[in-house]
Amino acid sequence: MKNKEPLILVVVVAFTLLTYWLVEPYAHSVMHKHVESQNFAYADLAPVTKTGDAANGKALVMGAGACTGCHAITKDGVAAGMDAVSAAQSYGVNPPDLSNAGAVYDAKFLAELIKNPAHALKVEHKFDAAKGQMHPMVPFFGAGGDMEQEVADMVAYLQSIAVKADELTPKMAFEEACGRCHSMKYENWTQLGTKPEFKFEKESLAYDIQVLEYQEALAKYMGKLPPDLSMYFRSRNEHFLSTFIENPQSQLAGTAMPRTGVTADAAHKVIEHMADAGDTKRAERESVGKMVMIYIVIFAIFALLWKKQVWRDLH
Amino acid sequence: MAHFTKATSVKDWLNQRLAVEKVEKVMASEYWIPKNINFLWAMGMILAITFALLLVSGIFLLMYYQPDVKDAFYSVNYTIMRDVDFGWLWRNIHGVAASVVFLIIYIHMFTGIYYGSYKKGREMIWISGMLLFVTFSAEAFSGYMLPWGQMSYWAGMVITNIFSLGGLHFDGLVEWIRGDYVPAQAFLTRFFMLHILLLPLAILGLIGLHFAALRIPHVNNQDGEEIDFEAESKKYLAGDKVGSKVMRFGNDFLSKDLMVVGIYLVFFFYLVFFNYGFALDPVNFDPADGLKTPAHIYPEWYFLWSYEILRPFSVNIGLMAFGFAQVIFMLLPWLDRSPNAVPASRRGAFKFWYWLLLIDMIVLTAMGKLPPEGVFSTIGLVAALGFIILWIALPFITMNEKKV
Amino acid sequence: MHNSSRRGFMGKAFGAVAGVGVVGSLVAMKKTWDPLPSVKAAGFTTLDMTIYPEGELITEKWRGKPIFVLKKTAAMIAKQTESQKARDVVVGDSHFMLAIGLCTHLGCIPSYNAAEESFLCACHGGMFNWAGEVTKVPPPRAFDIPPFKIEGTKLVLGEAGPEYTAMKDSGITL
Repeated sequence: MKNKEPLILVVVVAFTLLTYWLVEPYAHSVMHKHVESQNFAYADLAPVTKTGDAANGKALVMGAGACTGCHAITKDGVAAGMDAVSAAQSYGVNPPDLSNAGAVYDAKFLAELIKNPAHALKVEHKFDAAKGQMHPMVPFFGAGGDMEQEVADMVAYLQSIAVKADELTPKMAFEEACGRCHSMKYENWTQLGTKPEFKFEKESLAYDIQVLEYQEALAKYMGKLPPDLSMYFRSRNEHFLSTFIENPQSQLAGTAMPRTGVTADAAHKVIEHMADAGDTKRAERESVGKMVMIYIVIFAIFALLWKKQVWRDLH
Repeated sequence: MAHFTKATSVKDWLNQRLAVEKVEKVMASEYWIPKNINFLWAMGMILAITFALLLVSGIFLLMYYQPDVKDAFYSVNYTIMRDVDFGWLWRNIHGVAASVVFLIIYIHMFTGIYYGSYKKGREMIWISGMLLFVTFSAEAFSGYMLPWGQMSYWAGMVITNIFSLGGLHFDGLVEWIRGDYVPAQAFLTRFFMLHILLLPLAILGLIGLHFAALRIPHVNNQDGEEIDFEAESKKYLAGDKVGSKVMRFGNDFLSKDLMVVGIYLVFFFYLVFFNYGFALDPVNFDPADGLKTPAHIYPEWYFLWSYEILRPFSVNIGLMAFGFAQVIFMLLPWLDRSPNAVPASRRGAFKFWYWLLLIDMIVLTAMGKLPPEGVFSTIGLVAALGFIILWIALPFITMNEKKV
Repeated sequence: MHNSSRRGFMGKAFGAVAGVGVVGSLVAMKKTWDPLPSVKAAGFTTLDMTIYPEGELITEKWRGKPIFVLKKTAAMIAKQTESQKARDVVVGDSHFMLAIGLCTHLGCIPSYNAAEESFLCACHGGMFNWAGEVTKVPPPRAFDIPPFKIEGTKLVLGEAGPEYTAMKDSGITL
């Protein structure tokens, strides 16, 4: 009698793989538009050609640039003008502390942001100056000298005070770049920062009310409340997150989410932090997985050897 | 009352009270299995093992899961996935096993169809098997509700709406099933109950029936040969193991069962650790939102073929087609009019019917997942019609089949 | 007939391999039953010891259990015996009776009678004095003292400081 088992196995495996390919890789490639990554090159933005002078930049940021009217720079002793909730109620969102902006954001992006915020952020569909829709961040129109040079100086200043790229942790990158609009409940992060431990429920609820007030202002500004990102690493895939962070419009045309302008390194760290929140045990899964696979192969080999021994008598 | 003597050993003590030796004979060493079978006959054992994996992993998930619309998502994605030691492992095993169990069920079913194992006294095996398929489907669906993500909610919405039966407008029935106007707390708690108690009880009972149905007609074999189990087993017991056409279940066939299980588990655990995405849909990692339907909504892969039979038609015809697809497999032993219980390859036109049905169901599965637009809609419609036509044609194809 | 020789060597070897798998999964199962990290992390409570009024029993909560905090009055401090002094928790200038507020008999919460400066357990009638010592059986020993660490005017419950370790070593608390 001919042994048909290899043929049967081939048929079963072939149909299984065909079905898998159709419902998984193929179906998902049809359902989701593929967006190529540009590797955070921001090719639409003009490069910063001038070499900046940080000292002059500091003078501009603190003085003629009027940045500190809205932004805190705690590293250089400039505190925020108002608390986060009032700031959100005035501007829509709490303007960021610029202490580490130089490490998180791309230099080209920062330069463009200073000159033309709506363009840098890719929110011109929301803020069209011609229609009187002004972006809450006032553009810098120059302090009288060479404007390109002045902008380069300011960027150089921001880079000079920021932490070095290798000191920027995934958590910091996330909080800087995403954390004023997005909460991350599983990491205890609210738009106001990490929620402290309160002994009394009343204090905890008071904090929650502050968060709700901030969120109310934010929702009014953005059209809807930006989602909590705790599980976004699982609900979206890594490629989607990366290209979305690079340019939200590419995946979701018309979205109110601005381009964040983060560097490739910061984007990578943001995604790592999202993985820490949504796929916390991935390292354990890898290592346990390897051990189990080794064991189960040994199990299968011993099962095979036993079968061979038992069946020796049968034919 | 039976007469008991002083036991000579623990085994003897148990024997007098529980007849363990007799049980062992009936269940294993003198439960005779034909030798002429291939690894497809091990699917039953694989299903038993997979069910055991579902049960064990389910027990540990149950220890931390909270059936509350406010806490369910958190208890799954935070408590179980982050806080509980090895919680992620139980969830991955549970999710992957729930998906893979259907792959094996389909292989098991199509093996039965191919070898004609639903005929000549094996009808009850087929029927109890199909009942198991239905209860496993209900079990899978109710379990899918529990993480209370977007897919849970919207699958719950859509599937329960089927019970309004289209033009009949049984809206009261839908609300009765849900216990609310929409899937909400009452819905979640009752599906939780179904998932962890009522349906598993039904499944255990049906597994018992399925095994019992196998005792009298015995397991079929690769050639549909009628074996005299009485004579062949005597031959085996007399020492002619090689010449006998049968073997013991334990340990002869069991050793092969476990060998196949071993190979299967390599595949299974690879999926659990390294490729689980197909069984844990990304969309279900967004918490349920009753005011926003996901852009793409589709059932798990094993429901796609019947979903696609529903989809291309207008609501009433679609529901009739769907109902047809749900019951038609059950009737297979009577729709197949041929007396031949042999492999499909030796049955003329039935051979083509078999492969066409298999391919048609794979096409339906693929179209069920793809967005219902353009050419996919057309292919889906053709495949759905093809499914219905194949089953209507079955009695006519098999009626005139030559006796082999 | 079925005997172990027929199962043979490979059968036993396979059984052993399968057994290893079972043991391995039992380890994972055991760990799944362990208290959650979030439960363990919540096992520390910090008390500000400056807020307690003298002579009044305040019940705090630590690891789900009631914690008795009684700031001793001058009269109490004056009449402390040696054994009572050994149980005294001193934070700054203040003296405290600090204890897990469960009867050491079977775990009910005794109630404090300020007028009589004593505790009575409603379950089986056990009594304790203001310093936490047993005055009437059945309780087998004085109130247990939770692990504590003194940090300035604050007390961290759940962490064992030198004062607590000394008490434990001398057998004042379990």
